[in-house]
Amino acid sequence: MHELAVTENLLALALKHASLATFAASTAAAPTPRITCLHIVIGQLSSIIDDSVQFYWTIIAKDTPAQSARLDFQRIPALFQCSACSHQFAYRPDEFTCPACNSPQLKIIAGNEFYLDSIEIETS
Amino acid sequence: MPTTRVEVKENILSANDLIAQKNRQALDQAGVFSINLMASPGAGKTSLIEHTVRLLQPEFRLAVIDGDIATTIDADRAAAAGAKAVQINTGGDCHLDAVMVSSALASLDLTEFDFLIIENVGNLVCPASFKLGVHKNVLIASVPEGDDKPYKYPGMYQGVDALVLNKMDLLPYIPFRSQYFWHGVEVLNPGVQSFEISCASGSGLDAWLDWIRQHILACRHA
Repeated sequence: MHELAVTENLLALALKHASLATFAASTAAAPTPRITCLHIVIGQLSSIIDDSVQFYWTIIAKDTPAQSARLDFQRIPALFQCSACSHQFAYRPDEFTCPACNSPQLKIIAGNEFYLDSIEIETS
Repeated sequence: MPTTRVEVKENILSANDLIAQKNRQALDQAGVFSINLMASPGAGKTSLIEHTVRLLQPEFRLAVIDGDIATTIDADRAAAAGAKAVQINTGGDCHLDAVMVSSALASLDLTEFDFLIIENVGNLVCPASFKLGVHKNVLIASVPEGDDKPYKYPGMYQGVDALVLNKMDLLPYIPFRSQYFWHGVEVLNPGVQSFEISCASGSGLDAWLDWIRQHILACRHA
């Protein structure tokens, strides 16, 4: 449900960094370059639906330098690590014990990622 | 046209986090202890606020910011219990964010308060992602929701500083495996401060109120 806010923030971040990159590359004031791709990293435990973000994107990015940008979602699977035997295994929402040693002492070591990794911009 | 890759590595909601930091500064400056109360609809957020306000009101000056999709029912209840209440209608949004809280804070003279409760929109998913800038994020779970909620909403259970399990008076009537529930909580959020209470009977409220008192006094300017 909060994908609209997420999409708005993605657009703002992408435009900011595209304009920063141009500014760094030349001293003259240059327009924000066209953004061709956003590489987005989302962990399994971050409740974001890719299709929803894509849906909002086509609406809110219209008429901006990011209008034709592709959204590339990298999904990171959630991982548990056992604090007793260090075994690492895929997160299962119905089973919070270590399959190797049965210990209930677990840590989540991946799956909460939620960031814009990089963007691709056109260079002339 | 050739393209080049520009590294960003920035949290998607970093703009919200920045405003949250400013909210926190304003609260710290005024010495106001603040909590963000989150829960699913019907877990007892407003009931806990009513009890908390009524019982702490003789000792402290309280304000409540109420996030709701459209109505003022919750804010009215908080005001009736004795707090200064500010309503935020999110206009359909499923969560509060730092900007909404920032404008609600601007409508309060923070120096007039010791304790601020922010009641988030009833939802176990979206509010977890949006920092508000408060001192403590608190989740209310309740027995009738079922013992599997930590397992189903790990994002929410991981991110909170305190967990209140409400409606303990219903335990004899509902199949709720306490051990299973608390095991899920412990894995997701080891050592989290927790309270078992019943707003209906009043049981367990003393420990909750003591925890709040302790933090109000620690935040308050000497």
